[in-house]
Amino acid sequence: METLFIQIKTLLVNAAALVLPPWGVTLSSMIISALAILGLGPLIMMYLTLMERKVLARMQNRIGPNRAGPWGLLQPLADGIKMLTKEDIRPSAADPLLYFLAPILIAVPALMVFAVIPFGKGMTAADLNVGVLYFVALSSTTTLVIFMASWGSRNKYSVLGGMRSVSQMISYEVTLVISVVPILMAAGSLSTQTIVESQSGRWYAATPWGLLSCMIFFICGLAECNRSPFDLPEAESEIVAGYHTEYSGMRFALFYMAEFMNVFSICALTVTLFLGGWQGPLLPSWLWFLIKTYLLIFIVFWFRGTLPRLRADHLMGLAWKFLLPLAVMNIPAAAMSHFLSEPFSTAVPLAILMVSVAVLSFFNKGYAAEKRVYHFTD
Amino acid sequence: MKNKTDTPLTEDFDTQTLQINVGPQHPATHGVFRMDLTLDGETVVRLKPVMGYLHRNHEQIAENMTYAASMPYTDRLDYFNSMSNNFGYALAVEKLAGIEVPERADYIRVILAELTRIVNHISVIGFLLNDLGAFFTPLTYAFREREKILDLFEEIAGSRMMCNYFRFGGVKRDLPPGLLERIRTMMDVFPRFLDEFEALLTDNDILCLRCQNVGVLGRELALNAGLSGPMLRASGLGYDIRKVDRYSIYGRFDFKVPVGSKGDVYDRYYVRVLEMRESLKILDQALRQIPSSGDIISRKAAPFLKAPRNFKPPVGEAYGRVESPKGELGFYVVSDGSPQPWRYHVRAPSLINLTVLEDLCIGHKLADAMVILGSIDIVLGEVDH
Amino acid sequence: MIFGAGILKGMLVTLRSFVNSYFKKPDQGGLFTVEYPEKRLVAKERFRNFPFLVYDEKPEDPRCVACDICAKECPPKCITIVRDADAEGRPLKKPALFDIDLSVCMNCGICEEACPFDAIFMDHEFEIAGTERHQSLLYHKEDLLKSNGYFRQIRPSDAALIDARRKEAEDKKKAALKPAAPPEKKE
Repeated sequence: METLFIQIKTLLVNAAALVLPPWGVTLSSMIISALAILGLGPLIMMYLTLMERKVLARMQNRIGPNRAGPWGLLQPLADGIKMLTKEDIRPSAADPLLYFLAPILIAVPALMVFAVIPFGKGMTAADLNVGVLYFVALSSTTTLVIFMASWGSRNKYSVLGGMRSVSQMISYEVTLVISVVPILMAAGSLSTQTIVESQSGRWYAATPWGLLSCMIFFICGLAECNRSPFDLPEAESEIVAGYHTEYSGMRFALFYMAEFMNVFSICALTVTLFLGGWQGPLLPSWLWFLIKTYLLIFIVFWFRGTLPRLRADHLMGLAWKFLLPLAVMNIPAAAMSHFLSEPFSTAVPLAILMVSVAVLSFFNKGYAAEKRVYHFTD
Repeated sequence: MKNKTDTPLTEDFDTQTLQINVGPQHPATHGVFRMDLTLDGETVVRLKPVMGYLHRNHEQIAENMTYAASMPYTDRLDYFNSMSNNFGYALAVEKLAGIEVPERADYIRVILAELTRIVNHISVIGFLLNDLGAFFTPLTYAFREREKILDLFEEIAGSRMMCNYFRFGGVKRDLPPGLLERIRTMMDVFPRFLDEFEALLTDNDILCLRCQNVGVLGRELALNAGLSGPMLRASGLGYDIRKVDRYSIYGRFDFKVPVGSKGDVYDRYYVRVLEMRESLKILDQALRQIPSSGDIISRKAAPFLKAPRNFKPPVGEAYGRVESPKGELGFYVVSDGSPQPWRYHVRAPSLINLTVLEDLCIGHKLADAMVILGSIDIVLGEVDH
Repeated sequence: MIFGAGILKGMLVTLRSFVNSYFKKPDQGGLFTVEYPEKRLVAKERFRNFPFLVYDEKPEDPRCVACDICAKECPPKCITIVRDADAEGRPLKKPALFDIDLSVCMNCGICEEACPFDAIFMDHEFEIAGTERHQSLLYHKEDLLKSNGYFRQIRPSDAALIDARRKEAEDKKKAALKPAAPPEKKE
């Protein structure tokens, strides 16, 4: 079981070696990996939509989709067919090129980041030695595409959504990158496979700086892929659907797909960087990886089912006034734990972080909730 | 939080305001309401409410029909609480014709009006939280409870929302057997639900951030604009017609009127929660005091049930008002002695509460405008009557 | 802290709801949905949707005497009645035409209240959508007529009361013997 997928691939490559020259074997190995990812992305996305609808429904005391197939398992297919057969509408005032390109360009990086995700032991499609950097770089291109979509569709709601999206993504991108730095310092590598292997003894999330880093990364990741409570760019009750207001049919489906694949990759990367990746006892590594990832995805949906949306200025405040300084303070804390020996290697970073949280909370106390007292009259 | 470094960009950089049109088909406008918004970035600089998409000529229609025939039309004013609307209209006509209401009917009326208040407040809060972006969870919880009360209404009046249950001088029919016990069971469970509902979001930091000090409605403005209901009480004025007029039998019950301190969205939210708890107290007392039998319609008015056309109140005018969940709901009826009212006018709380929308929204963000609109609690059927 | 206890508290509520939806009964916090086409709620006796006309023995003899009271009292005026006449043109006490426009009717139940002959009642049938806007929503006498047995079935306690009252009136009529003209029913 452990090496199931690797064996399948080896089998296929060996079969190819019978008929192809050596360069063809390398090429076919690449193609097999690429095809696996191309198939996996949409499949994951389709069933994430079903999972989201089911989870939200259950949280809201509803049943959720249950008509198409047993337990609604064919619902994603039905949705896909519906999306494909819908009329393709393009607003007459839209910029044709931007409007046409945006949905395609948004889906491509979302698929491409799958290449560096270690799905299991030795199961990274491309074990780049700059894996994390590659991920960050690719996911930040989304900003541009979203703005293309919003500008191209010539809709005021879209423009508002696009503006929100750009400001949000730029703010959170910075924090996201800085929050990863301690991990890179500890692992000494940017390769996702190496980072996972370096956590064989202890997950990074089990250290104080690692836990903080993990939380910041996860929060920023949510903001990156526009999930609740940071779903301002597509805030339904305010700006209809934000940047994809004018999109329908398959174009809309591509946006939707990109969003869900981003959710998956953010959760997968959180697992990789902080939660020990595919490491775990008994079960095969890829199963461990999926279990951890889906637990995180459940948390994402859980947030969506519970939390109200932040407002743009609060969102910026959270990123710049709280998360960013905290992420920066986390770097020396992580360094301390590297250079000190046991009791201090936990205590000192913990102290540093607690002091910084306290100080930051003090400076941000304007955001704290007021306690209200209500009186009654007769 | 006020941004202190807010210098106008216009000096060296040419910016334009953005005019957007929210509604009449927009997820947050609670019906067919349109707001003509001018935004500077995301900040609202001008807001013009446009209403009338649901105008149905309610008053004119009522002037061309018998008094009783208007009763089902009042259901459709504020379609969330038809019982309160019925109550107001019945009070006005009873005043006009000098009809006394039997005791049991009075109790039934009060019980139903308070149930309606719970239905309204719970769904309004659900919608408000939904506007805040809590993706339908509070709303489905609220609607689950609303459903239970609507089931009771269906059992009593035959319809869930368009109850058409009150008649001049009483109510249409007696309660079905065993109904009071069912109300009692519902009431026993409800506080627990309310606790859960509050646990969901009342203390939530995001909610507090979004709601506190947003859309602050000062006492002065609230008074001058003629607001009423939870809107006014959240601004710190404990004005409740149930206490002021003590109409029907409200004088007999021991309940309090919750009052807010700031008048922001959070206060308006929380005052409604507290009002539900007070309504439960009234229900509790009413269920204990209600006479087990008795007339449900006054002797004087009973014949007109079968022949509404013969109902001709004496020449005169009357204004009946109730504390509907949205505020002061008043009906002004003038009779010229014919079977049809000579003049019929509705003081619709939704409409009047909506007039302060622009004052509340200016200077806030677009996202806040939706929340403020949600907190005003409008029903377009009533706004556009 | 910006994100504090309130958020956790709220998240516990949704988690509990998630778990309860799998393991609890509807009244204890589980799923409360009734999946409509397969399962239905029991109709409440007073539920009213759209009026129907009652006949006692055969559909040709409805209780309705075409007195036009319901048509006059109907708030949106959705009822049209034309009185039947015999061969010589004398008016009969039954309707030739009894139309109700469903698209206008607002299900208020005033026709039922106003009817002095217990002839029109509100039905429980609510699946009456049509595929076309005009003809399918205009209900004629033939569509509206239903037996008293049906009425007894959907509203047993109301039907019992009304049947008892009618029987009493009938007996009185017999006791009075040979009324010159059919008497107006008293309340």
